Amino acid sequence: MLSRTADCLYWMARYTERAENTARMLDVSHQTALLPQPEQFLEQSWKKLLTISKLEDDFSKKYDTINRHNVLDFMIYENTNPSSIVSCLYSARENARVIRGRITSEVWETQNTTWLELQIILVNRERSDHSRFLEWVKHRCHLVRGVIQGTMLKNEALYFLGIGTLIERADNTARILETKYEIQENVKPIQKNKGTEEEVSDSFFNFYHWASLLRSVSGFEIYRQIYSDQITPKQVAELLIFNPQMPRSLVSCVNELIPLMAAVRNQDSKEIERLLGKLKASLEYSDIDEVFKQGLEEFMEDFLERINHIADDFSNTFLIPLAVA
Amino acid sequence: MGLKRAEAELIFRRVGITFAVYGDDLGSERTIPFDQIPRIFSAQEWAQLETGLRQRVQALNRFIYDIYHEETIIKAGIVPAEQIFNNAQYRPEMRNVDVPRDIYAQIAGIDIVRAGAGEFYVLEDNLRVPSGVSYMVEDRKMMMRLFPDLFQAQRIAPVEHYPDLLLECLKSVKPSDVKKPNVVVLTPGMYNSAYFEHTYLALQMGVELVEGKDLYVKNEQVFMRTTHGPERVDVIYRRIDDDFLDPLAFRSDSTLGVAGLLSAYRAGNVTLANAIGTGIADDKSIYPYVPAMIEFYLGEKPILNNVPTFQCRKPEDLAYTLAHLSELVVKETHGAGGYGMLVGPAASKAEIENFRVHLKANPEKYIAQPTLALSTCPTFVEAGIAPRHIDLRPFVLSGKTVKMVPGGLTRVALKEGSLVVNSSQGGGTKDTWVLET
Repeated sequence: MLSRTADCLYWMARYTERAENTARMLDVSHQTALLPQPEQFLEQSWKKLLTISKLEDDFSKKYDTINRHNVLDFMIYENTNPSSIVSCLYSARENARVIRGRITSEVWETQNTTWLELQIILVNRERSDHSRFLEWVKHRCHLVRGVIQGTMLKNEALYFLGIGTLIERADNTARILETKYEIQENVKPIQKNKGTEEEVSDSFFNFYHWASLLRSVSGFEIYRQIYSDQITPKQVAELLIFNPQMPRSLVSCVNELIPLMAAVRNQDSKEIERLLGKLKASLEYSDIDEVFKQGLEEFMEDFLERINHIADDFSNTFLIPLAVA
Repeated sequence: MGLKRAEAELIFRRVGITFAVYGDDLGSERTIPFDQIPRIFSAQEWAQLETGLRQRVQALNRFIYDIYHEETIIKAGIVPAEQIFNNAQYRPEMRNVDVPRDIYAQIAGIDIVRAGAGEFYVLEDNLRVPSGVSYMVEDRKMMMRLFPDLFQAQRIAPVEHYPDLLLECLKSVKPSDVKKPNVVVLTPGMYNSAYFEHTYLALQMGVELVEGKDLYVKNEQVFMRTTHGPERVDVIYRRIDDDFLDPLAFRSDSTLGVAGLLSAYRAGNVTLANAIGTGIADDKSIYPYVPAMIEFYLGEKPILNNVPTFQCRKPEDLAYTLAHLSELVVKETHGAGGYGMLVGPAASKAEIENFRVHLKANPEKYIAQPTLALSTCPTFVEAGIAPRHIDLRPFVLSGKTVKMVPGGLTRVALKEGSLVVNSSQGGGTKDTWVLET
């Protein structure tokens, strides 16, 4: 397969996955923001959305204050924000357009229809209902994935799509975990000083904070099913890092990447497989206690560095081979 | 009928059969208007047209070979030497280069109008990168979807196997030392107006669609970059103009081409379809000589007519043209796509006077032709069903043998009275039926 084709497949899948992840995160924040809660926390929770995607600087160039309206505007519609939902759907469709000959016409028509429907939504943007819009985005992304699984030949093209999806997904789960824990550390002490509100905010954290995190990775019901227990930070982290059945857990993503990487193997890709194998081993032979001892933030930073290193190597080996002669 | 039209528009847009329009920011993608009333030929009339097309394309290929080799037609005094060697479309790089089977224009799109029963005129020979064939096939699919019963009631000759014929043709012109040729389609990229067609043909033939940056030349051989390392390329169906093919040989600012491609081509290690330098034969200044070419190379009487043409480089023709601007169609000799032309009967006085200035300044750049009583066909427009002017572009494939599918792209001028059918100028398309008896 042409390297450029593989590149488009990979990014089409990554942008589709990113659009869905962003939509889910925004939807959860949007709903959580409707609950009674301290003002600082509300602002923090909007800010953290920008932190997750490392977009604070770009945001502050356009807006003065961090609030619900501005963040939603920036994360959904802003063209200059490459991670906004509109940008992601645009990039996914542009990549699909380049390689429309290599995806099934069903996949192309699904991407194209998403884009055409989005144009109509954008015209009526002022009147659009955020929840419904985000629901629509999630639905369209599910549909793309389903159409891919249901119609594509099980060959290289499908593998490159899968690799794109999984790398984006692992990256997203790790970032959410990293950021949410950091927020918790920052916010809690502020609340502690306000004696009367303490009880309220504690229960708020213990339930809604972690519940929203779970929801943002479609993990709330799964958590209930697996632990049949109160929501505790440790178990949430355990589910999202170590549970091999949870589709968005880190271990799941890495496990699924390994056979795909073996299937597209070429003469220069041994190192990538070695790094992936090491990453899998370090997840398999660890547990949540060890992670908390090391510090969750540090663990996540390490994971992100490693998965992004793998993504870079992958890109150089398969997608944009540098030298010619 | 209205419902069917809406349905067709919806399907075309969802499927993304669109083309880009240059210099039009709003809606850089459009669907080409599709008219659901087909244009119909009898099998008999088609057979005559087909024979004429084969004859013409064969002569044109012989001509291109000749002017890059022995130049017999010039020596015989049939085509003046300055018409060839002073023409920007003549490529000295191609002198004495041998191409497989001596075929230069593997894919030709000949624009035809019908003036009366069995009376066909050639408007233009497109021998560089003729486009539109994907619409021929898609229009047919659309018609079968919208009116299945019509296809049951008559025997309409199929056209959907065009990509198979194309692949067979491309394989048959492989470099001689190659056993199983690796064929690719070379596109300028997704912003090209015909990108949909490039993708379509690559997909239908089951070959790679490549851009210049996917290819490189090493030791006078062409390779493409793949996820499994370099892979040799043997036949390139290129949809890029000569000028942009190789920045080392032609336009150095081209980012669409492949550095060193010409050297690999001249060494015979890769076939380009169409060949470099075919533009010399479809140039409008050469067009008037085509009937003479047919007699010269094939010793046959031309079956298809040429439209009488005034060559403005000749003083007496220029004088006639200037005196009759309001009756004539004036075209740039090197132009294409309906840009930069004057349709006298439809033009305003100001437009004519404006054009007169350009014409006087550079008469050698123009030719003029009388407006033919162009055939019309019933067409579904705002007001109902009304006659509109049409032309036809059948596609002729020359490889081991000359092949074509029974049909072509019928283009229709949707504006009342308009003679310009180009999609970039608001033209539409129709399905073309050859009825078998």
